[in-house]
Amino acid sequence: MNDQLAFLNRLQQVEFALVELQLFLDTHKDDQRALMEFNQYSKQLEMLKKQYELQYGPLLNFGFSPSQYPWRWLEGPWPWEQVF
Amino acid sequence: MWIYEKKLQYPVRVGCTNLKLAQYLFTQYGGPDGELSAALRYLNQRYTIPTNEAKALLTDIGTEELAHVEVITTMIYQLTKDATAEDFKRAGMGDFYAIRDGALFYSDSNGVPWTAAYIQATSDPITDLHEDMAAEQKARTVYENLIKLSDDTGVIDTLKFLREREVVHYQRFGEALRIVQEYQQQKKIF
Repeated sequence: MNDQLAFLNRLQQVEFALVELQLFLDTHKDDQRALMEFNQYSKQLEMLKKQYELQYGPLLNFGFSPSQYPWRWLEGPWPWEQVF
Repeated sequence: MWIYEKKLQYPVRVGCTNLKLAQYLFTQYGGPDGELSAALRYLNQRYTIPTNEAKALLTDIGTEELAHVEVITTMIYQLTKDATAEDFKRAGMGDFYAIRDGALFYSDSNGVPWTAAYIQATSDPITDLHEDMAAEQKARTVYENLIKLSDDTGVIDTLKFLREREVVHYQRFGEALRIVQEYQQQKKIF
């Protein structure tokens, strides 16, 4: 696993916690602790995302990530080419 | 509106080219109890289901299922990408190669194309949520079957992850069912 994939793996771990909390909050809207955890992980994700994108280009399309020049969205590896 | 993240939800580690295993995995791509069926079922049911909780859950789980489609297709792609026509013939899958070489497609492990007949929406939220819970159980069972069929440790690891997700989804749908039942009770009283 190279550095980029190792970084993606860190993102996978934080995002997984967020997916779990998202679904949990959908049916437990008054759970304050879960919401607090969600927001903490969300902040962590934002920091990791910015770090990743500075080096490897945009993670998200349609403006949810900025891009350096020239248009870095085109760059692989695409998810089905990511060999962990 | 959908935004796309250029990253798999879970790391896929495939051992080596294995056409038969790829063929088995097709059932969770375009098969009756696969991730595509799940995604389209939930994303379609959400339009007529009552309570914000159910609408949010169907949208979110539907979205996660699309991420799972991508995990399945990644495994299939990596299991087949280096295969030649000879490899396909030797695996007894020449008929597969004849139609589309190594291209993926929405079909089950027998080549039967995906159909909307695999899913349903009735507008009755109790009915729809019961279908969703059943769907998650069916998917869990299929993952257990696939785990027994596989000898690739990387693939087994990913299948175990996907199986766990089905169990969690089942739990969440059960909670949504209770929320909708309470909502219907309240409507009766007032």
